Amino acid sequence: MLDATPRDSVLERTALVANPAKTCQPVGAIYAALGVHGVMPHSHGSQGCVSFQRMFLTRHFKEPAMASTSAFTEGASVFGGGANLKTAVRNIFDLYDPAVIAVHTTCLSETIGDDLNSYVSAMELPEGKQVIYCSTPSYQGSHITGYASMAAGFITHMAQKSGVPSGKVMVVPGFINPGDMREIKHYFEEFDIAFTMMPDTTGVFDAPMTGTFEMYPKGGTPLAEVVALGDASYSFALGSCASEAAANMLKNKHDVAYKALPLPLGIALTDELVMALARYSGKPVPAVLEEERGQLVDCMLDVHQYLDQKRVAICGDPDTVLGLLSFVLECGMVPAFVGTGTPAKDFDSQVEALLASFGVAEGVCWHKAETDYFELHQRIIQQPVDLLLGPSLFKQIARAEDIPLVRAGFPVLDRYVHSYLPIVGYRGALQLLKALADTIMDRQDRDCSDADLEFVM
Amino acid sequence: MAPKTLEKEVAAVPVSTAYLDDVLDKYEPKVYKNRKKHLLVVDHTLESPQEIMANVRTIPGILSHRGCCYAGCKGVVLAPLKDALTIVHGPIGCSFYTWGTRRHKASNDEGELNLVPYTFSTDMHETDIVFGGEKKLTAAIEEALQLFTPSAINICSTCPVGLIGDDINAVAARIEEKYGITTIAYSCEGYKGVSQSAGHHIANNQLIKRIIGSNDAEPTAQYNVNLLGEYNIGGDGWETERILKRCGINVISVMTGDGSIEEMRRSHKADLNLVQCHRSINYIAEMMQAQYGTDWLKVNFVGLTTTVRSLRQIATYFEDTALSARVEEVIKDELAQIAEDIEHYKTLLAGKTAALYVGGSRSHHYQALLRDLGMSTVIAGYEFAHRDDYEGREIKGSIKIDADSKNIEELELGPVDGKYRLRFSPDKLEALKQEIESLGYYEGIIKEMDNGTLLVDDLNHFETEEFIRALKPDVFFSGIKDKYVLQKSGTHSRQLHSYDYAGPYAGFKGAVNFAHDLVMDLNTPVWQQIVPPWRKEPLLVGSIGGEQ
Repeated sequence: MLDATPRDSVLERTALVANPAKTCQPVGAIYAALGVHGVMPHSHGSQGCVSFQRMFLTRHFKEPAMASTSAFTEGASVFGGGANLKTAVRNIFDLYDPAVIAVHTTCLSETIGDDLNSYVSAMELPEGKQVIYCSTPSYQGSHITGYASMAAGFITHMAQKSGVPSGKVMVVPGFINPGDMREIKHYFEEFDIAFTMMPDTTGVFDAPMTGTFEMYPKGGTPLAEVVALGDASYSFALGSCASEAAANMLKNKHDVAYKALPLPLGIALTDELVMALARYSGKPVPAVLEEERGQLVDCMLDVHQYLDQKRVAICGDPDTVLGLLSFVLECGMVPAFVGTGTPAKDFDSQVEALLASFGVAEGVCWHKAETDYFELHQRIIQQPVDLLLGPSLFKQIARAEDIPLVRAGFPVLDRYVHSYLPIVGYRGALQLLKALADTIMDRQDRDCSDADLEFVM
Repeated sequence: MAPKTLEKEVAAVPVSTAYLDDVLDKYEPKVYKNRKKHLLVVDHTLESPQEIMANVRTIPGILSHRGCCYAGCKGVVLAPLKDALTIVHGPIGCSFYTWGTRRHKASNDEGELNLVPYTFSTDMHETDIVFGGEKKLTAAIEEALQLFTPSAINICSTCPVGLIGDDINAVAARIEEKYGITTIAYSCEGYKGVSQSAGHHIANNQLIKRIIGSNDAEPTAQYNVNLLGEYNIGGDGWETERILKRCGINVISVMTGDGSIEEMRRSHKADLNLVQCHRSINYIAEMMQAQYGTDWLKVNFVGLTTTVRSLRQIATYFEDTALSARVEEVIKDELAQIAEDIEHYKTLLAGKTAALYVGGSRSHHYQALLRDLGMSTVIAGYEFAHRDDYEGREIKGSIKIDADSKNIEELELGPVDGKYRLRFSPDKLEALKQEIESLGYYEGIIKEMDNGTLLVDDLNHFETEEFIRALKPDVFFSGIKDKYVLQKSGTHSRQLHSYDYAGPYAGFKGAVNFAHDLVMDLNTPVWQQIVPPWRKEPLLVGSIGGEQ
């Protein structure tokens, strides 16, 4: 596996990306749009984009991922895609009857300078229907910033202030699985804080099997709640890279203050969420959350000897990677390599802050934004690790170097059920802890001598 | 509320023109007019052959399954070539989505370069779009050449590249001159043509111009063929090659599954081209005939009857009784090995109905395999086929090239000096064609479809929902985008692009795998669990005044 990768040294590259650790903005925009109920995501570009992106979302979630396209031809690319968008909007409302069409751009429509604002404002829409849009050229950011842009787009185009406070807070959950979103809701519910999660893919990408296909599954943020976000009392953005844009937009547009928190992954970052909710609500921390935290700490103490000083390489999306990094540090592991493909400006400084807070000596952890799996592989060859932690895209390296892999983040294309089981919050950390320990201990059982194989570990 | 069940209480609607009109009536007039020409009920009793509209632009917003030109060029034809450095010039997504997602398996052979597990991109940023990306492309290739020594370099353009005017041909020429490695530019921007099909054509054109025929090493085997349009999904190509090898037939080049540039360079030395996927590679078959005189045979190694027929046609072409005897021996032995399994699966599958919606050839191929298993196809269709894939190559002359396709170059090629050789005289070839129907000819899918079955070009989500509700196929063979749409609605669905991560499904052994997987899907116990027991029987028994 990966036999062509030179093993003697690491080539520093400035132009070539090999085996990328990010993809383009539109896939994130589609994921965010599907988190609002009754929305049809629409890709304003060539038809191939949406075909690839629906494929990828479907392969991660094992669920339908509906989205339409303007299907640019060469002519549209020269003369502009206005006519294509107009036709698309008419056909979508006619055949698929969404409440809202959420349009995102592509590198194609951005390069030719299509002006969605003028296209959309010139359209005659059926009564009560809406077309919103956001800008997601594939040559900027990554799927994570695309998610952020679409989440912000809902605020820009839909959130209104009636003047009557809704008494609710907005929760922007980040590019995470529906299982994680359910776990985050648990925290707000335990604090009895009324909230609107937006986007919310629970009930969409984990919709049950009933024997009936629903184009717009029951889940997703109700549209009325998206509109009412202008009356929200406060916002929580979980994971600054994916979520802060929407909270910031709500602040700028409707003067709703917000707090950006890290994705609550592991003990400390979940504690941060809990403390923030306690401060915001003025309520004591619910006993059930303290119990869950205690259970997690208990298990981490139980298992610590198997994880201690194990060297781990982490890759994935910035918010997720920072959370995973925090948790492996709490487990006494050594984060030897930490990377993301997303060009996140403050990624390295955030990694360094976390390392410093755990007293990790300089030079122990190599970290980089805008890296790729090829580079990680070349570096891992030079300085081997005990464990890989991240998406399925680590799989080839896992085989090439015979290193076990714990899957977390996006995309996980080669395993099932993962999107239902959280990795966030104390209970999510417990699942992650089990996965980390099981993986390392299975390896120990596989590799040890007969004499060393024991029932008790 | 009545409990929801998955039982098919209502019988399937018989397919008829009237039924089709009912479905189409739900479209607004413009869409109606367009879609009507893409759908037909097969009727072999009509005096003139039926005609279908195909390979025209997709209707925006209709939820088509089609991909783009880039997907056809890089994703389908080029990506399986393991000794080529195929670099995608564009923003990151296009390269990312074609990394390890299509299941074109490639063996890792000692000492041979295998770049299939990799994907390469210039990851264009905004500054590259504004100021041009040629420098970055050059730098990226030069970095790649510090890492690998490929047999050739393929540069694939994505949408913005064509729009900003990056000259990838000039970059390719400079790289080739400087490093002495064949470097080929493919202007396969996603907006070109109307589907993946344009990309196939662009890839075919460049491979025939630059690779095929560039190494004259003589093959050592007696019977040499190329296998065209076999991408080794799930290992199909390996199963096909195994059978051919048993028969004593040597495959010089597989285009392109588990294939290589080096093999392709020698492919003009083959006696015969076997064409599996007509849509994606018939251009190369035609052009090799024009340049090198190589005859081509449309084969189908999916299905038992068809595999047997293809093997016999190959043997007939070579006019060697020893080869024919060997082929018969192999057929007899292979069929004997699987007979018990196939009989078993036939008892479980006979009488079941299927819908087939795949790319541009497989619906035809799999219809044959389903027939071998006693099943019938009630709906068939293609994403990106042309009219000849439906109606047969005899109608090629009457296809009108529209504005969307006319910019895809049609190469006019003649014999190459010293390399053009005919195995048979024109008269002899004509006589052979009488004997071997598929020699230089593809009959299309319609002729092998049953009367009263439905043919659809560029099926969309609306029509899929309508057809499964009315026609109730027992299983719907399609792709990942609608797999779970179908499954959610209680329809058995199997992916025929990726084989649901199984395979091979080609050849004799593949037929058994296919039948096994299908039976498994139809019978997995959890299908019985969809309706919970409390929805099947009342739990609350009413009582009045204490009396029960």
